[in-house]
Amino acid sequence: MAEDQQETQDKTTPLHDEHVALGASLTGFGGWLMPLRYTSDLAEHRAVREAAGLFDLSHMGEIHLEGAGSGAALDQALVGNASAIGVGRARYSMICADDGSVLDDLIVYRLADEHFLVVANAGNAPRVAAELVARAAGFDTLVTDRSAETALVAVQGPEAEEIVASLTADDDVDTVRGMKYYASAPATVAGIGVLVARTGYTGEDGFELFVPADRAAELWRALLAAGEGRGLVPAGLSARDSLRLEAGMPLYGHELDQTTTPYEAGLGRVVKLDKADADGAPLPFVGRDALAARAQSAPARVLVGLRGEGRRPARAGYDVVQRGLDGAVGAVVGRVTSGAPSPTLGYPVAMAYVTPEVSAEGTELAVDVRGRAEPFVVVPLPFYKRS
Amino acid sequence: MADFPENLRYSAEHEWVDDASPATIGVTSVAADALGDVVYLELPEVGATIEAGAVVGEIESTKSVSELYSPVSGTVVEVNQSAVDDPAVVNSDPFGAGWLFKVDVTSRGALLTAEEYAAQAG
Repeated sequence: MAEDQQETQDKTTPLHDEHVALGASLTGFGGWLMPLRYTSDLAEHRAVREAAGLFDLSHMGEIHLEGAGSGAALDQALVGNASAIGVGRARYSMICADDGSVLDDLIVYRLADEHFLVVANAGNAPRVAAELVARAAGFDTLVTDRSAETALVAVQGPEAEEIVASLTADDDVDTVRGMKYYASAPATVAGIGVLVARTGYTGEDGFELFVPADRAAELWRALLAAGEGRGLVPAGLSARDSLRLEAGMPLYGHELDQTTTPYEAGLGRVVKLDKADADGAPLPFVGRDALAARAQSAPARVLVGLRGEGRRPARAGYDVVQRGLDGAVGAVVGRVTSGAPSPTLGYPVAMAYVTPEVSAEGTELAVDVRGRAEPFVVVPLPFYKRS
Repeated sequence: MADFPENLRYSAEHEWVDDASPATIGVTSVAADALGDVVYLELPEVGATIEAGAVVGEIESTKSVSELYSPVSGTVVEVNQSAVDDPAVVNSDPFGAGWLFKVDVTSRGALLTAEEYAAQAG
């Protein structure tokens, strides 16, 4: 009964019928009913590392800013320097509150000189859109939330370029093949006009394709067919989560939330405190004062990677503890934000916030796994980097 | 609807038990599918006295962890070490090679027939 309720409350993507036809297990995520897995989490994860996976990311929000003042509006609304992004390039950024806490992490694409696309997380998208509208007031820009009319499909993995290129119109093949990481360009793929971006959330090479919602199923099927001989499988949120965890990428609601500033998360580099306007004058942005103060002081907690020495994985919310005598659970020194058995590495991995004193690489800690101290060691992030 | 072996009895918590002596216990395909890929098993120790309906171990998958209940009371006489070593067998063959432990049964809990279990879980 709970499931029925969830299905009526959660929105479905333009690819919902495709997921049902493929026999996916569905789950609620950020207000959306999404594929959790089609067959096996592990098989889908491995397919992305070794061949390719096809993801429906239509739950993500797409907010466009158009007009001469778009860059300036974003400079003032976000922590990064949007107006410095070259046309056709993209950057990872964040939108913060006045107190410096993270409202969402974002990718900002500059599609044209006066046209930016901001991609927000599913659950945060309505709020990000509303904030951008409010923060853009007074700037020469039009903010439009086009999430509903835009579907997003990702092809991720070492075979992604071959698969996408095989469907790309002749005139656009060189553009797609030559596209750099964190770049984008319009292209015709499977006969459909899409925006192709070389971005992703898996730690592999890959593409994200923004497509009109009413053409999404057509594109999805074409990609599945094109990838059939190359090991491509549809992949769900479960594999997406374990892939991004191995790649050390934060997930909003886990590593980032409104109790966190970018500095604790080790992402202080995305905050451009010294942004300047066209005349070189210091440029205020929302959260700047709080973030400037935070940048000066040592954070009370630090995001670290943990590698399990045993086989039992740590899960989000578990306490990180000191190792007590005889394997006992010692004093609490932090909390796990994400944890899973790493399919690629074969041991448990986790990200956790810990006190700075125990954050050094090699520090031997433990995680309280339901009353038992499972040994973990602090290791650098990411856990996995493609070779 | 899934097919559940007729010769087994089932608990509402998705364990199965056969009628042999000692009795073999495992989890059903419904549990295995709901869990996702099983990556870690914590089973009761050989010699442990267990009670029907009590938590006797854990099944951990890539995404979640759930408790393992015993459908019977008695003494554990064997655990499936090959499933502990390679828990994927719980997904691939939950009613066969993916069995979990064997018990000298003193009493059984309230158990379901395959048909009743299918009506409830299917």
